[in-house]
Amino acid sequence: MLKSKDDLLNLYKQTREALEREKMRILICAGTGCVANGSLEVYEELQDLVKKYNLPVKIHLVEEVGHEPYAVNISGCHGFCQMGPLVRVEPGGVFYHHVKKDDVQEIVEKHILNNQLVERLLYTHPVTGQTVATQDEIPFYQKQTRVALEHCGRINPDDLNDYIAHGGYQAIARTLFNMTPEKVIKEVLESGLRGRGGGGFPTGRKWQFAASAQGPKKYIICNGDEGDPGAFMDRSVMEGDPHRVLEGMMIAGFAIGADEGYVYVRAEYPLAVKRLKRAVAEAEKAGLLGDNILNSGFSFKVNIKEGAGAFVCGEETALIASIEGERGMPRPRPPFPANKGLWGCPTIINNVETLANLPSIILKGGKWFRGFGTECSPGTKTFALAGQVAHTGLVEIPMGMSLREIVFEIGGGLRENKKFKAVQIGGPSGGCLTKDHLDLSLDYDELRKAGAMIGSGGLVVMGEDTCMVEVAKFFMGFVQNESCGKCVPCREGTKRMLEILTAITEGRAGEEDLLLLEELALAVQDGSLCGLGKTAPNPVLTTLKYFRDEYMAHIRDKKCPAGVCKALLDYHIDQDKCKGCGLCAKVCPAEAITGNKKEPHVIEVEKCLKCGTCMEKCKFNAIYTA
Amino acid sequence: MQQRKFQRLQNIIDSHEGKVSHLIAILQEVQEEYRYLPEEVLTYIATAMGIPPATVYGVATFYAQFSMIPKGKYVIKICDGTACHVRGAEPINFALRKELKLTGDEQTTKDLQFTVETVSCLGACGLAPVVTINENEVHGQMTPEGVLEVLRKFQKTE
Repeated sequence: MLKSKDDLLNLYKQTREALEREKMRILICAGTGCVANGSLEVYEELQDLVKKYNLPVKIHLVEEVGHEPYAVNISGCHGFCQMGPLVRVEPGGVFYHHVKKDDVQEIVEKHILNNQLVERLLYTHPVTGQTVATQDEIPFYQKQTRVALEHCGRINPDDLNDYIAHGGYQAIARTLFNMTPEKVIKEVLESGLRGRGGGGFPTGRKWQFAASAQGPKKYIICNGDEGDPGAFMDRSVMEGDPHRVLEGMMIAGFAIGADEGYVYVRAEYPLAVKRLKRAVAEAEKAGLLGDNILNSGFSFKVNIKEGAGAFVCGEETALIASIEGERGMPRPRPPFPANKGLWGCPTIINNVETLANLPSIILKGGKWFRGFGTECSPGTKTFALAGQVAHTGLVEIPMGMSLREIVFEIGGGLRENKKFKAVQIGGPSGGCLTKDHLDLSLDYDELRKAGAMIGSGGLVVMGEDTCMVEVAKFFMGFVQNESCGKCVPCREGTKRMLEILTAITEGRAGEEDLLLLEELALAVQDGSLCGLGKTAPNPVLTTLKYFRDEYMAHIRDKKCPAGVCKALLDYHIDQDKCKGCGLCAKVCPAEAITGNKKEPHVIEVEKCLKCGTCMEKCKFNAIYTA
Repeated sequence: MQQRKFQRLQNIIDSHEGKVSHLIAILQEVQEEYRYLPEEVLTYIATAMGIPPATVYGVATFYAQFSMIPKGKYVIKICDGTACHVRGAEPINFALRKELKLTGDEQTTKDLQFTVETVSCLGACGLAPVVTINENEVHGQMTPEGVLEVLRKFQKTE
């Protein structure tokens, strides 16, 4: 139990020394992505083997004195999920990817015992063919600047001492003992930090409102309800560095005078829930949460609340209703939650990433933070890079970087040499950008000018074989499904818009439908109560603006140029190219393909379900759509 | 039997001190117990907590996590978030539903072994397309054939 600032400092020194005594630290990524690929098996195998070789190994940072030389630990997400399971070896940050259970023996014998690299598990650049040993040399990481993700992949999220050894909870100590609430707010204002959940409202200003609001009690809510399809940075932070989120909440709590906080996490993130719960319990045990923290007079309690699956709960007022145990429906603002929030009390809701930036801002200063990014959008932002890009994963970059740098340098361009067509940024609230926007600076204001928004930072890259009308329909289907139904423009408007988009993709729409679609989009944007409805038409409006010719092809020519919309395509077999291998007939779920062995096959158009499985399987490119 | 069933329910409600603000958490725990929310259970919760059944029903129908119809022993979720969608979540869903002979809006097989549903985003976009089984098993970079292989593994253990 830590009872003073000095206690914390002593623990820091003790854990730091323990860390420095480590001769080698082996970190196995235990983020959702790597776990899915079997990283926990790798971890167990490694533990077994080091025992077998009788190596002096410790699993926790300080508890096992006398076992210093080697540390075997799990870590949070490194961001390079597609290459998982990932293993990082300190010192030096040696980076192994696609590590399987069977590779562990070689890592132990070569690297741990003899300090030699296991070449075949190192990263090889797909174009230059050059192999690099360390994480920092990989192009995916080279252009990144990590603030919120600073410790993700470097520390064990289940070990409070590891966080402390890396300077954790020093920011809250400074806040409590060297700063006043006004000074904390001033520092955050100076940093220019804007809400990372998507809205981009200046965090310091929001805090000012809540600090001056009157109420019997105040609350801090951490918004971990990351429902945007295509975004997963909040999950990675909660899973990879949960204490940092708690520390951010405490700083916010001190600034506005709150003594209680809630973390609202999606139920779809079970690992994040587990790690957060553990972090809260450990922090409470250590006296870093609870009454009179470090004897400073400041008390703070954190509750973990699981969401139950509703996209609209990302909206502040709906989230509050959900915590109160009701249907997650938004209400009109004002009053804003900063004045009247949870149970009528002044409440601040900050996104996970916003909170994760705070400890660094307090320790290094607002000016330091301002050193990154652009004038109006300072700092760094994490993006979830996904879709048809070669390197998918989580990246943190200074604001203002161009789309081209992200997609082609960090992301390594498109896979299978496909042509770049568009980027869908910011999920259903965002929009689609084209190759004309590749040099656009990624910040709040530039994106808004282009009709898109950063949103929570989902960045889905789409190649030439993506149909933009179908993408617009996909998002409309999503928001229509997630509309809470409270206000008519959103409930009915999105439904009608989806109907029109469906008609277009099925070749049943005329040009007048396009005008109606546009009119409806603007009406939904204007008339909806909350952010969900107000931004729901964005994917439609941006695709209409930048890919109108694709809409016209569907309407006028009854064709889908990308070859996606099934109602507008028929599958055929090129009789010259077909070798009669019969693979297509074997995989066809509808038994629509017939033909004799070694003779060209044919597809019966009436039976064909247009699933495309045959085309995928054909080794001779003999199947085409028209 | 009936009595015992409600005793478990009552225990869950009691552990939350019957607080209305804990309704979602109570429903979550109850659903974990029964794998779905039977109608009589919703009525019981309303009576025990002293709130209108409409309130309980309203919350239970609002959130995607709650189901008022029984689910299979294995719940297979196919992620259809943007990243998974553009990298082919649909053919996976198609293959799975065909294999399990699910038609129309049907989600659960008649023998209550498998439930197939699509979800909007599981947050593992780097591994798209993603399929999970009963929350704890995650399969990334899935293909229609791959998912059938996974399915067979479960069918065999039965």
